Order: sequence, then C-alpha cells, then structure tokens
Amino acid sequence: MTKNILLVGVGGQGTILMSKVLTAGLAQMGYDIKMSEIHGMSQRGGTVTTQIRYGDKVYAPGIGEQEADVIVSFEKVEALRALPFLKKNGIMITDHHEIYSMPVLTGKAEYPSNALESMAKEVENLYIIPAMEKALELGNVRVQNICLLGVLVKVLKLDAVNWKEMLADFVPQKALDLNKQAFDAGYAMI
Amino acid sequence: MVKEIMSGNEAIARGAWEAGCSFASAYPGTPSTEIIENLSAIKEISSRWANNEKTALEMAIGASIGGLRSLAAMKHVGLNVAADPLCAVGYTGVNAGLVVVTADDPGCHSSQNEQDNRLYALLAKVALVEPSDSQECKDFIKEAYEISERFDIPVLFRVTTRICHSKGLVELEQPGEMLVKPYQQNRGKYCMLPANARVRHVAREESLVELEKFANTSSLNRFEWGKDRKLGIVTSGISYQYAKEVFGDDASILKLGLTNPMPKALIKEFCTGVDEIYVIEEGEPFIENVVKALGFSCTGKDKVPILGELNASIVRNALVGHKPQDGYSVDVQAPPRPPVLCAGCPHRGFFFSLKKNKKRIVAMGDIGCYSLGVGEPFAGFETTLCMGAGISGTIGFSKALEKQGDPRKVLGMVGDSTFFHSGVTSLIDVIHADANVIACVLDNSITAMTGHQVNAGSNKDVQGYEVPAIDLVALIRGLGVPDERLRVVDPLDLKAVQEAFDAAVAVKGPFVIVTKRPCVLIKEVARANVGRHCQVDPDKCVGCKACTLIACPAMAFKDKKSMVADPASCTACGLCMQMCKFDAISRVGE
Repeated sequence: MTKNILLVGVGGQGTILMSKVLTAGLAQMGYDIKMSEIHGMSQRGGTVTTQIRYGDKVYAPGIGEQEADVIVSFEKVEALRALPFLKKNGIMITDHHEIYSMPVLTGKAEYPSNALESMAKEVENLYIIPAMEKALELGNVRVQNICLLGVLVKVLKLDAVNWKEMLADFVPQKALDLNKQAFDAGYAMI
Repeated sequence: MVKEIMSGNEAIARGAWEAGCSFASAYPGTPSTEIIENLSAIKEISSRWANNEKTALEMAIGASIGGLRSLAAMKHVGLNVAADPLCAVGYTGVNAGLVVVTADDPGCHSSQNEQDNRLYALLAKVALVEPSDSQECKDFIKEAYEISERFDIPVLFRVTTRICHSKGLVELEQPGEMLVKPYQQNRGKYCMLPANARVRHVAREESLVELEKFANTSSLNRFEWGKDRKLGIVTSGISYQYAKEVFGDDASILKLGLTNPMPKALIKEFCTGVDEIYVIEEGEPFIENVVKALGFSCTGKDKVPILGELNASIVRNALVGHKPQDGYSVDVQAPPRPPVLCAGCPHRGFFFSLKKNKKRIVAMGDIGCYSLGVGEPFAGFETTLCMGAGISGTIGFSKALEKQGDPRKVLGMVGDSTFFHSGVTSLIDVIHADANVIACVLDNSITAMTGHQVNAGSNKDVQGYEVPAIDLVALIRGLGVPDERLRVVDPLDLKAVQEAFDAAVAVKGPFVIVTKRPCVLIKEVARANVGRHCQVDPDKCVGCKACTLIACPAMAFKDKKSMVADPASCTACGLCMQMCKFDAISRVGE
C-alpha cells in the first residue's frame, strides 16, 4: 500500500531538507520511494511543494488532488492551499506560523484570519503545531523543519529508524544538537 | 548492490561517470542545471559552464571528435540555441560517444514555453532516448554512449522536469574508465562543406535504417505483457509511470525508451496483439503519429491533453473517468503567493526607478531573476521572449514606436549571464545600428535564477579552478561605447540610477547602463549581511507608506505603521531608508 506525503511551505523554509531526511529514513526501512520537488522560480518567496510516496513499489512521483495521506504545512495559508490534496480522513499537520505574500503586503489580497478555524470544522485529523515558535525558543528558526519531522514520525509511527542519528548526515556538526532537540520537541508535541 | 536516492539529474551525472564520460559542458537552465553541478564534483571529468547552449554543444562535439566521451546538457529552449551544431553533428556523427541531454519543461514550471524536443531528433537525424525514472536515467545514459559509438550518431537524451527533479532509488555500479578513442583526421566526415555533407547525409540515412533494426531488439524498448490483452498501452518517459499507476501491473504495455528511429516492427507486433490501443505521452503526438501511420487506430491526443504536464490523475480522468469527489473544501481562499524579488535584491532599486520613468521610457525584459520585475507593483517591462531578445528587440521596437510618433525611449535589459549568453551580440547590433535605445546590463555577478552558477564574469569555474574573469564594462567599452554614453551605477543608489536614466533619455542613439551589485544570496554576500537589518522607529513613522512602494518582502504594514517584519531576510540594503522622508528607518547590526 503506497503512502503519500505532501510537504508544503514557502521558499526558504527548509521543506527540501526535511524531505531528504525523511526519504533517507524510509529507504532505510526498505521502502521503495519516489520524491518530487519542483524548484526554479518558486524558490523566490513562492509556494513550494515536495511530494513523497513510499510503499512496496511506487510508480508515479506526483500526488494528485484527494490523494495525500498526510500533509505537513510549514505555514498556515499554505495548508489551506494544499487542502484539496488531502484524502478523506487524511491527516493535516500545520504550523500556525504566518508568512505574508507580496499581494498581502501590498494590500492587493487579504490574509485570512479564520484559516485554521474553518479547516478545523471540516478536517477530522488536524494537528496545529507551533513548530516555528519552538524553533525560535530553541534559538534558530531553521530547525522548524526538523521539529515538524518529529511530529510526522510520531504520527506515522516511523519508529524503526534512529532519526536523530541520521540527522548527522544532513546538518552541520555544530547544529546537530539543536536539530536533535528540535526533533525531540516535535515528537513530544502530540 | 549499493542503492542511493537520486534525482534524475544526479542519476544522469552518475551514469555519465559510470560510462567513462570525461568532458561535459552546459549552460544553466531549469530543470537541467544539476547535471553539470553533479558532474563537476568529479575531478576526472572536465566540466564547464559554457556561455550558452550552442558553445556548450560545440565544446562537447569537439571533445567527441577529439576522442573523449562527452556530454552537453541544456533545458529545452536551450536546444533552440544549440540547434545549429546539433543539426550539423547529425551528419558528421561522432568519434567517441556524444550525448546531448535536453530537459523539457511541460507545464512551464520555469520556462517560456513547453516545446517537445523529441521533434528535434527527427529534424537533426539523431538517436533519441527517453528514460522514465532515475534508475533509467543512469542506465540509459550508459546505453546511449554505446549506441552513439556503434552507430556513429549523437544521442539526444530527453528528460522532463518531473524526471529531472524527482528522486528514486538507484542501484550504483562502478565508475567507468575514462576511455580515449584516438583522434583520427577525417575531413570528409567532419568538414560539412556541401560535397561532403551530401555524402554524409547518405551515410546517416543508412545508419538510421541499421539503428531502427537495433531499436526493434534493444532492451530500451520492451513489451510488458499483462493478463489483459484487450487493451494495449504504448508509452515513453514519465508517462510510463502514470500508465502503470492508473492501469496497474495487469495492463499490457509497450514501453519505449529508444524512440528515434521508432521501432516500427515492435510497434506493429504489439498493436496487432491487442484489441484497443492507448498512446499515453506528454506533449506532442510523437509516438501516436507513428502508430497511426502504421495503420492502427488509437486513442491518444483526442483524450490525453497536449497541454501542460500530465500526472496520474489527468491520465485517469482522460482514459478511465473521473473519481468521485470525496475530499475537503473550505470557503476561505488562500491569498496568492507569487515568487518575488528577494529582500535586498539589487534589481529592486532598478525597477523602482524604472517605474518612476515610465512616461518617457518603455522597456523590454529578458530571462533571469529580473523577469520577476514584470509583476506588481513594478510592472517593469512589456516583453519577455528568449535570452538576448531584451536587447536586440529594442532595435525594431524603437523604430516602430518612432514611426508612430511615440516619443518614449525604448530600454532593453539583460542580466550579466544573459549578456554573456547572447546579449553581447545583441548589443553589437544596437551599436552598429546606432539605435536610439537604452541597453541595460543588470550585473549581479552570478547566474542567479538557476541557483547561482558562475559565468564568464566569475574568476572561478564550476570545478573551483581559477580562471580569468571577463570584464563586462571593459568589453562594452571595447565595442566602442564612449564614456559619455555609458553609466555604471549601484542599482540600490536611487539617485544614481535616476541620473543615468536622465542622461540616457537626453541623448539620441545608443546608451548603455550597467547596474553593478552582487546578488544577496551569494554565500559570501549573505554571510557578510548576517545580523544586519533595518528597523523602523514607530515613533517617527507617520504611516505614509512610501517605503512599501519598493515591495520588499521583509517589510509589512501593520496598525498604520511600517515595520521590518522579517529582520532575518532583511539585508539592510537601505532602499527603504531612501524612501523615508521622516528619517524613521535606520540600520542595525553594522
């Protein structure tokens, strides 16, 4: 049975690093994996999406509408934007962090104040995670991604992998302890 | 067997290494860029960022004739630039194997069109190989070199964004030995004067016949007979994965990997063995036309879209039917989040100034990060076509406006990398035509949009070796632009940019403006900016919103006051300070 995970966020938030660690762990667990990320212009402050599929044998790299088992969103309205991709009874994990896009900053569009409330009414499995706040508290906003990885590992029960050990392959030595703390913090959040 | 998670681009580089390729060249372009970036890490392979795709391919052809297995990589529109050498080498053939990677971009993720470059294989009379995932990217590259040498033919290796940027597990093998096929003089083969070209054309047609026989037996093309023989699917590239996803392992599939020349005998055999035929392919009806020409009726582009990128859902909807709606929707809209110029981007100062001059200057754009200047609030230019057109287009456009009595002066812009790519020949045209235009080079010292590749203006090459940097301003002077018609300005110095525009509009004839400031995402620049940012004194801010006119993503306007909402991305470039008449913004962390 193939599982589909969608990571969404804003260019620069570290979705790509999270997907690298996640896929390495899934590979260690013996799964076949396809991961798809489109980069290019979207790096410049636009919406970024990473699609991860794992199972016994995976063909297509992409995830269509209503096909995601889990969505992890690094930003509030990006969760809203990705919602059509969530499968019925799928899991939505979102940071409540807000990043204003240029149309919002210039007053051409409004940032919705009720994004989470309206999703909470519909989505049975909604986890609102203050990962950015936790990252700030730990001293570096850049560990938001690893905090969210901790949450995801807990939710999907991917405990067969020593994730914290694996982090050493992906983050600089001097940031390793901080990333491990972020992982633990995320894991403990739900 | 070691397995590693690799993107298609990483796997192509790995495959080239395993095949003993020892020369690689490319011009950066999404989605192809990471091929050379990965190859350049291997010291034994001589890797180069070329000035453009034409020079990249010509370098690789030279290496192939000289005796090295070589590779040239480019995005799909890059092959338009390199079409001239491609069509020539289609006749000459190779000495050591030559692979030309074309990375197509269905869906226009980061391109001006979604052309299907498989058609180039027909035009240039070269072999065409299409992998469908990372594993095949690696394996097929090795096969491509064998084909290239055995049939004396360049191989066009066609991938798409979804293959380049998707990752999957790849079984690694040992890197190959760097073979050298000794150079042998052969003017009849390599000098494409008419008399020789006619002879080579004959040789090519003959070799294509031989290659087609090979294609019918090659492991690159294979039957996957399923339980169900009522339906047969003919497919290639990424579409194969969508076919498997939608129709499962029971479906009968003809999976094509070597598609020029088409394995017609194989297609006939497959199509005869099934009742109904679906051709699933992205882009043009390249396979479908062959199936139909062989006398089979099939379902193809009448149902599968010719537009955009396919995915499993699109294929399912087109050929099986829509899934019932059973997801989530809420009535709250997510505000759009288009890509924008980064906080601290030097282009911002240029575009803000340009907007102030829009009554007297009309601008043509080009391809690069500054393409983002077309968006609100700058709406900085009227056209974006292809690399270099921002400068050469001004010559005709200014004539047209002049004949209509439009007094505005036409301005064209390119970045430093685009200038070296093809803007320099455009500028020669401007000068030689004595065109009444302003040519701007927005020099940020890097090829930024594709992720910071060095270019001819850099003093290091892709492998870190020191190389002579081309002095862009000296080059422009060398073309005969006198000092009074040339301004080199800091784009974040709004006064200097305005003065340059004033001087440019005041004279008739060519005027060149070079804006010089490095991209803030260059590592060294970013490092120097750590801890520096601007801050707004809320007591001094009167809420006039002047600073919001520069559309900096680090700033926000909340509770009737401006604020630096994202100090981590602010670089203290000071543009907002120049906008503020109330001295409310200052730099901290200096």
